[in-house]
Amino acid sequence: MSTPQASPPPSASATDERIAKVSFFKSILQRPEVGAIAGLIAIVLFFAIYADASMFSLAGFMNFMQPAAQLGILAVAAALLMVGGEFDLSIGSMIAFAGIALGIPLVLWGWPLGVSILFAFAVSIAFGAINGFIVLRSGLPSFIVTLAFLFILRGLTLVSLKLATGTTQLRGIPEAAGDSWLVEIFSGNAFEGLFAWLASMGLIETFKNGAPKVQGVPVEIIWFVILAIAASWLLNKTRFGNWIFAAGGDPNAARNVGVPVARVKIMLFIFTAMAATLVAIITVLQFGTADASRGLLKEFHAIIAAVIGGCLLTGGYGSAIGAMIGAVIFGMVQIGITYTNINQDWFQVFMGAILLIAVLLNNWVRRQAMSSR
Amino acid sequence: MSTSTPAILEMVEIEKHFGAVIALAGVSIAVYPGECHCLLGDNGAGKSTFIKTMSGVHKPTKGKMLISGKEVTFQSPRDAMEAGIATVYQDLAMIPLMSVTRNFWMGREPRKGIWPFKSLDFDKANAVTMTEMSKMGINLREPNQAVGTLSGGERQTVAIARAVYFGAKVLILDEPTSALGVRQTSNVLATIDKVRKSGIGVVFITHNVRHALAVGDRFTVLNRGRTLGTALKGEIRADELQDLMAGGRELADLSASLGGTI
Repeated sequence: MSTPQASPPPSASATDERIAKVSFFKSILQRPEVGAIAGLIAIVLFFAIYADASMFSLAGFMNFMQPAAQLGILAVAAALLMVGGEFDLSIGSMIAFAGIALGIPLVLWGWPLGVSILFAFAVSIAFGAINGFIVLRSGLPSFIVTLAFLFILRGLTLVSLKLATGTTQLRGIPEAAGDSWLVEIFSGNAFEGLFAWLASMGLIETFKNGAPKVQGVPVEIIWFVILAIAASWLLNKTRFGNWIFAAGGDPNAARNVGVPVARVKIMLFIFTAMAATLVAIITVLQFGTADASRGLLKEFHAIIAAVIGGCLLTGGYGSAIGAMIGAVIFGMVQIGITYTNINQDWFQVFMGAILLIAVLLNNWVRRQAMSSR
Repeated sequence: MSTSTPAILEMVEIEKHFGAVIALAGVSIAVYPGECHCLLGDNGAGKSTFIKTMSGVHKPTKGKMLISGKEVTFQSPRDAMEAGIATVYQDLAMIPLMSVTRNFWMGREPRKGIWPFKSLDFDKANAVTMTEMSKMGINLREPNQAVGTLSGGERQTVAIARAVYFGAKVLILDEPTSALGVRQTSNVLATIDKVRKSGIGVVFITHNVRHALAVGDRFTVLNRGRTLGTALKGEIRADELQDLMAGGRELADLSASLGGTI
């Protein structure tokens, strides 16, 4: 048997002269967050020029970070799901539904707060799993399936509240919750002692009576930051994260090499539903009511934040930190506009424009990243 | 046909029926370690059905499969993978937006750390990916490079390197050169040569006779679900293979050129 006439193999030297060093600029451009960071800088510059200086004081910072954090908890979860190749349009309705799944047992059935919170999570986990199960079993786009649940959950919330209370709002949460330590975890401020100390040292602004103007960090900001860091670690550093990218990038290819695509996606649907429940608990305790109209349009805001953060609508690409920045941009524009002379009605115009610019920029960036050599 | 080494994979009189359609009507081949077995055939000849049977996607209607002399039945592609039969499909199972390392380890990620903080062992993953790729003659810019930035031939090589690293004994390549240019084709053929020299049995599916002759040790032509036997390298000419694929002109003629193995 003679040797085959294969072409000579290319030299396998350790260094290859054909391979140029990747420029620093290009390696930066390959990060999905790059658009969001550029956007954040632009927004900060804009408000630095046009907004009242108090926007960037400590109080002003907490002011825009609070709504940013509530949205960000959703956006981070929505980002993971989008990287996994699916959407969940039912998270806004899930906020209202989980709110009554917490409020009704707590106020009307007299359950303790801890048990009511567990019940709310159990309900949302069940609906998240149902969403995922229907999407994967039917092969229908998650856009349609979860759009159905957007209406189903909103309707169920309204029906249940009307049946239980005769109105669209459930009051009496603070009285029923009492002073459980769980109230501290899900509402109010953290690090109050630290802020009081800082005030006494004269390091932060105080009122005339010596109390700090900002009493602490609103807990949702803590939840938001922890969640974003954990989600980012999960996505970028773990095996499950690799499976999320794989499931969103090409589910067939992923299945062929043994990635449990269905399990990954169902877990992501459950995770988004749980994030909506976390926001529900925070808002219910914050306002002292469960309301049928809570969380309206939040599903779209979360998707906007995720897309500004660099998530591809087609899946397989994106970042949790990007979604975090996207949510901060959202909060800054929403609240920052009140610090300017611009009419607040312009907010939606701004957000739409930012979304459009972000998508165009991300599209261009990705083409740059994918252009070989 | 005598060889000192026994076959790694033998397919004996494989038949596959899809309802009334007979896709395979008794096909036998044997794959030997360190050899490249070319499976040629025109579209619709049954090549796809045959390799899907080998890789556990289809169960044969009749016939048996032997691995190192022992009869096996595969219930799923996973069974075949565990038995050491790796298949690189035309559509590649590569995800363009993910890095080479992430693709290489997809589904078999190495991990370090203690639960619940187990993370991907990127140091190991990157190092192994770089070494395995340079063994195949491709120097990556960096292991974090997205697969989408690689050329078609390089992507094939990633898929092949992955299969080899994860212990394939038989590597099935489904038309790896059909969508490639001249330069990239020769790179893939060189890769096949390297894989073969490492002692793996390669099954190379193609309808390009020149590509087959460049690296093949044995040639089996499939035609309308049948085979006309296997020819060794040097026993058959390009135009004869071409005729066989096209349907066969005169069977008597061809029978002689195939060394009476029909």
